[in-house]
Amino acid sequence: MRDIGLRLQQSVGFWVAVALFAILYTLYSSLHPKGWTVDIFVQNSNESFALIMVSMAQTVPVLTGGIDLSVGAMMTLVNCLASNLVSGSPSQIVLGILVCLAAGALAGFVNGAIVVYGRIQPIIATLATGAVYVGISLFLRPSPGGKIDDNLSWVATNAMAEMDTTYGWFPDGAPGWFAHGIGLLPVPILLILIIVFGVWVPFRKTVTGRGCYAIGSSEGAAYMSGLSVARSKLAAYTLGGLFAGFGGLYLAIQTGSGNADIPQAGGYTLNSIAAVVIGGTSLFGGSGGAIGSVFGALTLRSISFCFRVFDTDGQVGFLANPLLQPIFEGVILLLAVSLGAARVFRVKNRLSLFT
Amino acid sequence: MIKSIDRPTLIASGFCVAILIAGTIYTLYTQGTASFIEPTYLLQQLKIAAFLGTVAAGMMVVILLGHIDLSVPWTIAASAMIATAVGGPWAIPVGLGVGLAVGLINGIGVAFLRVPSMIFTLGVNAVLRGLMVMLTGGFAPQSSATPIMSWLANGEPLSVPIGGGHTWGIANAVLMWALLSAALVFMLTRTPFGRYIYAAGNREAAAYLSGINTRLVLIGSFVICSLCASMAGLLIAGYTSKAFQAMGDAYLLPAIAAVVVGGTNILGGQGKYSGTVVGTILIVLLQSVLSVMQMPEAGRQIIYGVVIISMLLVYGRSKAIRG
Amino acid sequence: MLDSTTHLLSLSGVSKRYGGVRALTGVNFACGRGSIHAVLGENGAGKSTLIKIISGVVQPDEGTIALEGRPIVFPTPQSANAAGVVCIFQELSLMPDLSVADNISIASPPKRFGLIDKRAQRRRAEQLLARVGCEDINPQSLVKNLPLSRRQMVEIAKALGRKPKLLILDEATSALTAADVQRVYGILHALRDEGLSLLYISHRMHEIEELADTCSVFRNGQHIETFPKGTRTDEQVVQMMIGREWRNVYPPKPVRNAPLPVELEVRDLGWEDRLAGISLRVGKGEIVGLGGLDGQGQRELLLAMFGVLRGVTGTIAVDGVAKTIHSPAHAKSPSVGLALIPEDRKTEGLCLPMGVADNISMAALDSMTRGLVVDRALESRKIDEMAKKLKIKFGKLSDAVATLSGGNQQKVVIAKWLLTGARVILLNDPTRGIDVGTKQEIYQLLRDLADAGTSILLYSTDYDELIGCCDRVLILYGGRVVRELEGGDITEANIVASSLNISLTEKAGAHA
Repeated sequence: MRDIGLRLQQSVGFWVAVALFAILYTLYSSLHPKGWTVDIFVQNSNESFALIMVSMAQTVPVLTGGIDLSVGAMMTLVNCLASNLVSGSPSQIVLGILVCLAAGALAGFVNGAIVVYGRIQPIIATLATGAVYVGISLFLRPSPGGKIDDNLSWVATNAMAEMDTTYGWFPDGAPGWFAHGIGLLPVPILLILIIVFGVWVPFRKTVTGRGCYAIGSSEGAAYMSGLSVARSKLAAYTLGGLFAGFGGLYLAIQTGSGNADIPQAGGYTLNSIAAVVIGGTSLFGGSGGAIGSVFGALTLRSISFCFRVFDTDGQVGFLANPLLQPIFEGVILLLAVSLGAARVFRVKNRLSLFT
Repeated sequence: MIKSIDRPTLIASGFCVAILIAGTIYTLYTQGTASFIEPTYLLQQLKIAAFLGTVAAGMMVVILLGHIDLSVPWTIAASAMIATAVGGPWAIPVGLGVGLAVGLINGIGVAFLRVPSMIFTLGVNAVLRGLMVMLTGGFAPQSSATPIMSWLANGEPLSVPIGGGHTWGIANAVLMWALLSAALVFMLTRTPFGRYIYAAGNREAAAYLSGINTRLVLIGSFVICSLCASMAGLLIAGYTSKAFQAMGDAYLLPAIAAVVVGGTNILGGQGKYSGTVVGTILIVLLQSVLSVMQMPEAGRQIIYGVVIISMLLVYGRSKAIRG
Repeated sequence: MLDSTTHLLSLSGVSKRYGGVRALTGVNFACGRGSIHAVLGENGAGKSTLIKIISGVVQPDEGTIALEGRPIVFPTPQSANAAGVVCIFQELSLMPDLSVADNISIASPPKRFGLIDKRAQRRRAEQLLARVGCEDINPQSLVKNLPLSRRQMVEIAKALGRKPKLLILDEATSALTAADVQRVYGILHALRDEGLSLLYISHRMHEIEELADTCSVFRNGQHIETFPKGTRTDEQVVQMMIGREWRNVYPPKPVRNAPLPVELEVRDLGWEDRLAGISLRVGKGEIVGLGGLDGQGQRELLLAMFGVLRGVTGTIAVDGVAKTIHSPAHAKSPSVGLALIPEDRKTEGLCLPMGVADNISMAALDSMTRGLVVDRALESRKIDEMAKKLKIKFGKLSDAVATLSGGNQQKVVIAKWLLTGARVILLNDPTRGIDVGTKQEIYQLLRDLADAGTSILLYSTDYDELIGCCDRVLILYGGRVVRELEGGDITEANIVASSLNISLTEKAGAHA
């Protein structure tokens, strides 16, 4: 099966991210006294959700050879919007959620329109729109606060079983397949699966979605091949906005409030770039994908999880110092990207370094 | 090479004037004074611009190569924190040494490992932050700037008495910025190294095949950028008389914006230093006018973003793709 | 004027102007069904504008186009594609990070439930690749992992996938190896026999002879003449192309009695599996040609000597002193004194957005520096000197090189290296895509340089050039020098035969 070999060869970066995550998370869970329990999974997936979404949001523009420095700001924008809208009657909540997601997509669309029709380089265009989105967030939520429906907050941040207890799905007691099966699945993981397989995977299989890869690989060739470059780029940034919107909405649900936190928005943006790269997507565009970025984000999160469980008195006690965490994040990022540098030393024709 | 002032610089200068006029009309209307065009105020703005301008000058060199340096925030902070911690006569050399080291690491990562600069410098920024957090235990450093640092930032050896015990003085920070600017203009236009920066930024393969040591150019440029950042760090620490954790965070995006609004192509190869100076002044004036208007942070951010986009729509557009 | 019903495509009275420049003037042109139609002309003759108009990339200012007798307008390349006019452009239109199958069906893939059907797409790729005789290409492999010649075949498969009625090939064979060229000829003939019309643009005269049924010559934006193949001699065709007589393109070669002192000596050079045991000598003031089929290691040889390749074995000696050249910067230093005119002037030779002056002085700045500073008076004097010497045509010295014609761009590259005062100049196919007039100037320049004592190693894909310019020619095959031709032995027959590594009966005493 040379095709399988070929596939593996073409997705080394992705598998490195998966392995990195598996190693770090196994380390964490083994050291944690309550490791490998539903509670811990729930807690960890809650803490990872927003970063995963923002990293997916970053991936799509990066695939086209662009970048979106406003993903953190779009997340914050939707977060603040949600703290104003997602409460009240069930229909109001649903409407609020839809408006939030539409706002995220609209913000992404504006980015795309400026890049496509304004022909301004994405890095600087999204830097500027990021400022605008942060500004709007501050208007919406000048100081932290707001309200999110309590039941929604509870069910969205727990295992599936809480759906039953909260909304009374099974008045006669939950059946075994639910109580001991699907009911143990943390809701955020379910949501991620739905978003990945319901939005990203189909998108990648459309002409527009594949066009994003084509543009990232060679924009001129994509144009010559009769692809609509404008449509693919607009779709990429809009989808990025939508994903960031999911992240912001979840952050609001998780914290039960909105907060126009500018440093936090910047932090998420920078981490999203790191996650994208660790997840095996080329910053030059054309190869990689959002699923890789999910694992890139999980890897970053696992690093910080690990710092909570190192035994201060143990052999590696000095590593338990939480002050070391930023160094480790930086060093792991540098190591991950430097792995790719091995190629540089194997190159026999130095001209190929410049393409 | 080209003597005439280019279009972006001209437009950005025009915009600076427009900001001043708008601000003056505002203050005349609300306070009855033209505080914006008073020399004391302008000199004060120039001093603030010197810090951003110093960072932007270095950033421009890296952007000319088609790269970017995201490690600037913590290069600023680390230089300042270490310099104030060391203190004494060695404060400034050690602070600049930090910049030199960071620049070398960035340059080697980009030139030899060929890691995209955006991601490599991002990693270096995280490591620097980690190191500083570790050194200070996460608390604000207690040490304060040395007298020389304060003098370099605040001293006004060139001052004109205007009566009433007041003076119009040009702060040393501004003189430092002017000196740095002169050196950079000289380097970019008169020395082979400057020409090589433009050549490598345009087409690295062609520069390499022309027998230019492109690695050296990359490393040298990253060193210049980091040195500028650490110089800014020392000046800011002197200005505020101490170093603090997030002191560099507010300079990264404005510096990039200043360079780009000044007409330097973010993809590298094109741009004039005069544009970066005007871009810096534009950003500083915009920030100060908005703060005088007591515009809430929300409005400031929005106007800031809209201004950058509209300036680029006027002259920063790339070519349309057509067969 | 032209009977449009018998033709697949006809243009009447078509004109196109770019700014003040007339690219095409009142062109009447038609191409028939089921034939291969070659379009010839110098650069700037209007060939590429013609193609762009036919394929919908640009719109004509005047005139009409008719397809199968019906007037038609192509606002975009897509609309031309839809009507059955498909163009394979000189620059590849493949996306390197995507798989072969993705590339072939990029714009209109087979779909299931509105999503791309990967299996059907793969089958389609296999069928199309089989049609161009490339069953060995795995549709799942990424284009960037294929050699250039295979990519070109994928490009052709991709074009066929659009079910063209008229297929336009613009310099389509420039990247192919000889084996592939033969295969492409076979495919093109088969397509013609299936009733497809082909429009073929090439600079290579011998290709046109092998391939075309009909030829049209363009000059200065005008259609000069259309004639069936074989009814005009080469001289007549060239005369039509350049509008004057084709004579004395190549300067006379000097007659030498004594052997020249050796300037450059390469011994037993090897690199990876591409170069093996290459030894050669270039005398002071000699022009040595590198020939052979494309891709036999000629490019690598030049890059290896210039310090671009890593892991080169063997020795290189300049003026009798052995050198280990580890970078272009070292290669150009006065102690070595090499210069390389690279293969692709647009990406390797020039910084296109930069000025003419900046490009000319780029490689020699070190020698014009006093202390830290570039001596601008000296610099501009030298630049002027070079611009005059090479007759480079430009508006201002600060104009971007991108605005110059191809020939003048190449002159800028050459000027850049002449300024370094190189002792040995390596040239990698320097006249590709350059008009005849400029070619002639370059040939004269090379001979003048040689007469002044510069040693020249010239790789050319054009056999005529090797025959006309070189004192000696080395033929490479599979990374080795298989034959050395000298003097009267440098003939087309000998070059072709040794390129294919066929041993001909050697002329006695012709070479050692």
